[in-house]
Amino acid sequence: MVVGRKSTLSWAVQLSTVLLVILWLFPTLGLLVSSFRTADQIAGSGWWSALSESEQNVVIRVADPDEYRVQDGDRFVVTGNLFGEAGDANISVWGTSSRAIDAYVVGETADLGDGETLILQANGDYVWSGTDEQISGRAQRVFATATSPPEFTLDNYDQVLFSGNATDSMAQAFFNTLTVTIPATIIPVVVAAFAAYALAWMQFPGRASLVAIVVGLLVVPLQLALIPLLKLHLGIGIGKGYLGVWLAHTGFGLPLAIYLLRNYMVGLPRDIIENAKVDGATDFQIFLKIVLPLSFPALASFAIFQFLWVWNDLLVARVFLIDATGDTTVMTQQIVELLGTRGGNWEILSTAAFVSIAVPLFVFFSMQRYLVRGLLAGSVK
Amino acid sequence: MHPALLGIVTILIGVGGCLAYFSVSNLVLDTLIFPPKSGDGGRNINRANAVRPWLFLFPAIAALGLYLGYPVMETLRLSLTDRDAGGAFVGLANFKNMASEDKFWEAMRNNMLWLIIVPAASTAFGLLAAQLTDRISWGNIAKSIIFMPMAISFVGAAVIFRLIYDARPENQDQIGVLNAIWLNFDGGAGSFIVLRLAPAILVLAFAAMVAYAAKIIAAPLWDRHKKKAILVVALRGGSVLIAAGLVVQSLWSVVQIFSAEYTYGAPQTWLTIPFWNSFFLMVVLIWIQTGFAMVILSAALRGVPQETVEAAIVDGANPFQVFFRIKVPQISGTIVVVWTTITLVVLKVFDIVFAMTNGQWDTQVLANYMIDKLFRANDWGVGSAAAIVIMLLVSPILIWNVHNARQEMKGMR
Repeated sequence: MVVGRKSTLSWAVQLSTVLLVILWLFPTLGLLVSSFRTADQIAGSGWWSALSESEQNVVIRVADPDEYRVQDGDRFVVTGNLFGEAGDANISVWGTSSRAIDAYVVGETADLGDGETLILQANGDYVWSGTDEQISGRAQRVFATATSPPEFTLDNYDQVLFSGNATDSMAQAFFNTLTVTIPATIIPVVVAAFAAYALAWMQFPGRASLVAIVVGLLVVPLQLALIPLLKLHLGIGIGKGYLGVWLAHTGFGLPLAIYLLRNYMVGLPRDIIENAKVDGATDFQIFLKIVLPLSFPALASFAIFQFLWVWNDLLVARVFLIDATGDTTVMTQQIVELLGTRGGNWEILSTAAFVSIAVPLFVFFSMQRYLVRGLLAGSVK
Repeated sequence: MHPALLGIVTILIGVGGCLAYFSVSNLVLDTLIFPPKSGDGGRNINRANAVRPWLFLFPAIAALGLYLGYPVMETLRLSLTDRDAGGAFVGLANFKNMASEDKFWEAMRNNMLWLIIVPAASTAFGLLAAQLTDRISWGNIAKSIIFMPMAISFVGAAVIFRLIYDARPENQDQIGVLNAIWLNFDGGAGSFIVLRLAPAILVLAFAAMVAYAAKIIAAPLWDRHKKKAILVVALRGGSVLIAAGLVVQSLWSVVQIFSAEYTYGAPQTWLTIPFWNSFFLMVVLIWIQTGFAMVILSAALRGVPQETVEAAIVDGANPFQVFFRIKVPQISGTIVVVWTTITLVVLKVFDIVFAMTNGQWDTQVLANYMIDKLFRANDWGVGSAAAIVIMLLVSPILIWNVHNARQEMKGMR
């Protein structure tokens, strides 16, 4: 470590870090992997075994004898494939009763008594033959243990993004979320930048109190605002719509924005601003030409925060935006509805969830530097 | 119209309107109301400069007042009135109604659990992650990965963890990781270590952490030379009492951990097991918040002067002593900030409970209880009362923040 002695703890540190990273990555990875698997695969095996050959026990009836049987001398035969058509399934063992699902190997002839036989091949092709009486009524059940190679598909994304119906499509919700997010990010940044400049560099009475009020408002829970503002929005005719939700996000985001930006702007060199004033520049010009460009890191970090917060928001959108028509449903709400109606359809659910977190993740990884800088500016002094 | 096109048009109007306000209002101020060119140009410049701060501040003040200031007052008023009776003043009736509901007390109990466990666990994991990633070569990659859940929505996280907690019937392959692991336990030595010993150690570590914090808080009380204000003594004493209660509680849980009966071999529907399911929900928030704590604490750890650490090592301190005796005390201020920030998140968060259990099976929390009252039961009075309770829980932090800000502003003059 510091004094030249290599710590004996080094290995323990490496191992613990690996463990921690795996623990934190594992959940998201599960969602990502699941979104590329088919419904059968998801239901058949855990996603962590998606890369290995999956072994599945399936119970399938052969084709209906009354419809598909073919006469062959005095016997009747039903032929076909267990999976409809020969796929990449690979059956290893099979049986005809739930008590012995591994009674036969592929290619072996199963004697079902009184001359009734069934032969099953590895790819699922079967031949079921017997007398007129045997090959009728209910079709024979087959218990097959099949291994299928790992398989990944983009179908889920196709369904969720392009070809889905109203309940499982995310396309409309995606655009709605964008429509909410972009103005709800830009407007508070602009408004807060002006206010932060005024609080940092302009002289006027009551400045200190204003700063204290902003800091106090940082912690006001936005739950308080729901009913009064909903009443207000309905009263002045904005109702539930984009304008209302932008304003709400602007209001709720402003304390943090003003706080972060003011802290940053106060730290800008005093000389530059005073020289510009002496040269006759107005505050508006100083703000636009000097302070704004210099404050770019702080602006970026707040913009990322606000973007992530608005994109991921459920509460504000539920209260101020989503109405009965469903035209303005955002992605988070769409997923909550999917959880209700499609709780077991993991292929739809995981894909929809991944679509909704893909954009924030992209923003996060490409702008992480600014995000961290903003966090530190706000919390550590 | 195509939704994308409609979106773009609305965006342009929204953002354009905002930019137009600032440029037009300043233009009007400078060229029409107080033009600097006419005879009294100098006076006009001064006048314009006196008006301009308010021009800059107006949208922010209006939005803050309308969206945060006014609702506080209005919610307080609503909590004291009855909507069905045409908004008649009913005093504390709403609060009484709320207090008579079991669901409310369930929400309070759960919220207290959340308030104790989530900030503690997130901060502890964050500190651990910060320290571990500090000096290894791939520390930045590790940090990014642990920080990543910050970008994931609570709803997205809820889906992720629903998959982890998923349960299927006994004779099928489990697709939920937790059940897949659970089925490997059979009551043998491995089960004892993982299910009894490890949790007991975790709980004991928590108890030790609380006791350590209590010791720091109580220390000034024994110091004879320090002047003590009554209020400060009461606050410190109260915190120490709470801490003592927590320690007793933790020790009792350890006894319970060793005496609990487990149903081995059967898949569990984790989210429906009363009491424990709250913990399964808390895991989601801890998973999200740890990265935040880690980023801030690792910056603080970097700020610890290298000389003190080196001096301690020269004096023969082992790495654990360096960490707990040198580093942690020096970043205690940051730890408090992180802790409070996560506490605020816990109080406001409702999405996780809403999306995962919606308060069923004894998992209700205050924020979700309130949403339930507002939009399902349509009871604005009780809903507002619940909001006021959340506000009251936040207010000590609010007062402390404002106090700090005022002090800082004084220092600037």
